[in-house]
Amino acid sequence: MGDFSAQDLMAIGAMQGFAGLSFFSVLLLMALGLAIIYGQMRVINMAHGEFMVIGAYTTYMLSGLVSSHAPWAMEFYIFLAIPASFLTAFLFGLFIEMVMIRHLYHRPLDTLLATWGLALIMQQIFRSTFGAREVSVSLPDWLQGSWRPTPMIDIPISGLSIMVLTLFVTVGVLWFMYRSRWGLRVRCTMASREMSGAVGINTKWVDRITFAVGCGIAGIAGAAFTTISSTGPTSGTLYIVDTFLVVVFGGAGSIMGTVASSFVIAQGQSLLEFFIGSSMAKVATLLTIIVILMIRPQGLFASKVRR
Amino acid sequence: MADIKNTFTRRKMLKTMMGLPLAASGVLGSGKLLANPATAAINTTGLAVTDDTVQVGILHSLTGTMAISETGSVEAETLAIEQINAMGGILGRKIEIITEDGASDWPTFAQRARKLLRQDKVAAIMGCWTSASRKAVLPVLERENGLLYYPTFYEGLEQSPNVIYTGQEATQQILASLDWLAKEKGAKTFYLVGSDYIWPRTSMKIARIHIEQKLGGTVVGEDYAPLGHTSFGSNINRIRLRRPDAIFGAVVGGSNVAFFRQLNSAGLNGSNTTLLTLATTEDEVLGIGGENVEGFYSSMKYFQSVENDNNAAFVKAFKERWGADSVIGDVTQAAYLGPWLWKEAVERAGSFDVAKVTAASPGIELTTAPEGYVKVHENHHLWSKTRIGKWRRDGQADVVFESDLIEPNPFPEGYQ
Repeated sequence: MGDFSAQDLMAIGAMQGFAGLSFFSVLLLMALGLAIIYGQMRVINMAHGEFMVIGAYTTYMLSGLVSSHAPWAMEFYIFLAIPASFLTAFLFGLFIEMVMIRHLYHRPLDTLLATWGLALIMQQIFRSTFGAREVSVSLPDWLQGSWRPTPMIDIPISGLSIMVLTLFVTVGVLWFMYRSRWGLRVRCTMASREMSGAVGINTKWVDRITFAVGCGIAGIAGAAFTTISSTGPTSGTLYIVDTFLVVVFGGAGSIMGTVASSFVIAQGQSLLEFFIGSSMAKVATLLTIIVILMIRPQGLFASKVRR
Repeated sequence: MADIKNTFTRRKMLKTMMGLPLAASGVLGSGKLLANPATAAINTTGLAVTDDTVQVGILHSLTGTMAISETGSVEAETLAIEQINAMGGILGRKIEIITEDGASDWPTFAQRARKLLRQDKVAAIMGCWTSASRKAVLPVLERENGLLYYPTFYEGLEQSPNVIYTGQEATQQILASLDWLAKEKGAKTFYLVGSDYIWPRTSMKIARIHIEQKLGGTVVGEDYAPLGHTSFGSNINRIRLRRPDAIFGAVVGGSNVAFFRQLNSAGLNGSNTTLLTLATTEDEVLGIGGENVEGFYSSMKYFQSVENDNNAAFVKAFKERWGADSVIGDVTQAAYLGPWLWKEAVERAGSFDVAKVTAASPGIELTTAPEGYVKVHENHHLWSKTRIGKWRRDGQADVVFESDLIEPNPFPEGYQ
């Protein structure tokens, strides 16, 4: 790389570092909901991607509504879209838990099949409702373009805003799981269901709320992604593999593990992408993860739960 | 079509001429003169042809990930068939459509094609979109002697007696646009970026050879992203580091959206970067958002904004049938040609028999095509023009370059 000045390389280095960070926040945002559902409840939710798509379509519909009824609010509707996406996915998650998931808690492998079926049903509902074509939302101007700390460096605003959002959601999840009353109940229930019941925790509602919160967070992720990519009925299938990868690699049951694992995967992959191209980077990342999981099947951070 | 009325009057005229002795020339074949020839005469291979109907299959992905792209093709083919029926059908027979869903799954395509050919005995199939689905259907077509009209621009290197390719093969799309980049934009260094599967890889191979050997330029980078890739930060940094005169792209599907949005938010846009893509039509721009592709270029044989009477009528009819919001991309237009080319070929052959129809196909000209004029080549591909469109903010393109008619060359010598 002899024909590049030190300044060039610095600028590229900075932007590359940011690309990794931005990919990290995307992965983390995708995985947080699943970290709760799979990590805490051991439910293999194959429809996780579809819950993201619910969030994305909620944002899409809201953007349509706002632009036709209250165009003046277009600059800010995204702040409404995020809670709305959470709420929609949360309520739908609650409903699914009640009619389907709760019958399958003692059969973890069946949840895999059942939620996969659910994913297919949801995809077809999306397709019938919104059409097969991908849709995207119109972004307010302040979310587009780039921030230039120096003339050489362009930092995408949309990437920055997703990082901020991820930070808030992560802190929120950590608070919910480790500082709130609900989190305590969730952790109790997962540690020992019988004991928790005996001391008066309504474990059925704990399950229900935990599942729904996980779905709601997926909804937030979907709302964020529709700003960087587009949304189609089957977009969820694109996310599900990466999501499980992050959660399993991080060590199920540990939120910090999920954070660490998405950081490692994102930085590793985007650095490799820079040097050997995307396809080979993906192959190299997957191979490395497989090897690490063979040596350390419990993932990076093992949760200390009695089994 | 623009000349529905004309054709009606011509039909009437032909009917009145029926009593006259036949001066059978090549154009006025017996099929056109005898409004309703006997079924036994025009169908010797047991196809689903009755005295007043003929069945045709439409085989696309109505569900699954490819439904996004294939919906437009289904709409265009349906529209063409409805228009043909309104004109009286083919050889006096109304076309009936049997729709099958390939479900974005290649073995399903093969199985549905087998069902259409064996069980339904359709006279022709309009369908397939991805190369993978076409490759899956190909052995079935050849065994059952079916006929497929395939609408997508694709990598070439194929020529089946049972397929008419109504989209462009790779050299038609690529060579003229590279020449244009070199001549009009003074591009000497190129960066190739595409999705990772056969079509972009083959296209980029052709592009690289053309750049290095014919244009005397250099390829400063070549990069492929997995299908469905949505984080292009690193790829974009690689491009920035290399500072190419032109980016030559073939990123497809949902990745397209992420690619262009992230390019834009990384500060690379139409005003400071020359980018030409092979895979972005009006359909994709709908999802990407016009503001993210404004000023970039696409190389296609058709844009919705192409100005001629055929296209004006086509766009009007399409919007009336499928809604004012619908957009028409390159493949949609190519899919629309399928039924019309088949109609011409059947009438020329005076028969629905696949062997006779394919034998009659080369040399067929379609002056009513929305893209202007096309002609079927001996190799079953179409002579067509290549156009370069510059994207506008509203999601339509201004055609800034139009080539002469380009001969299809699916097996380009020196490019393999």
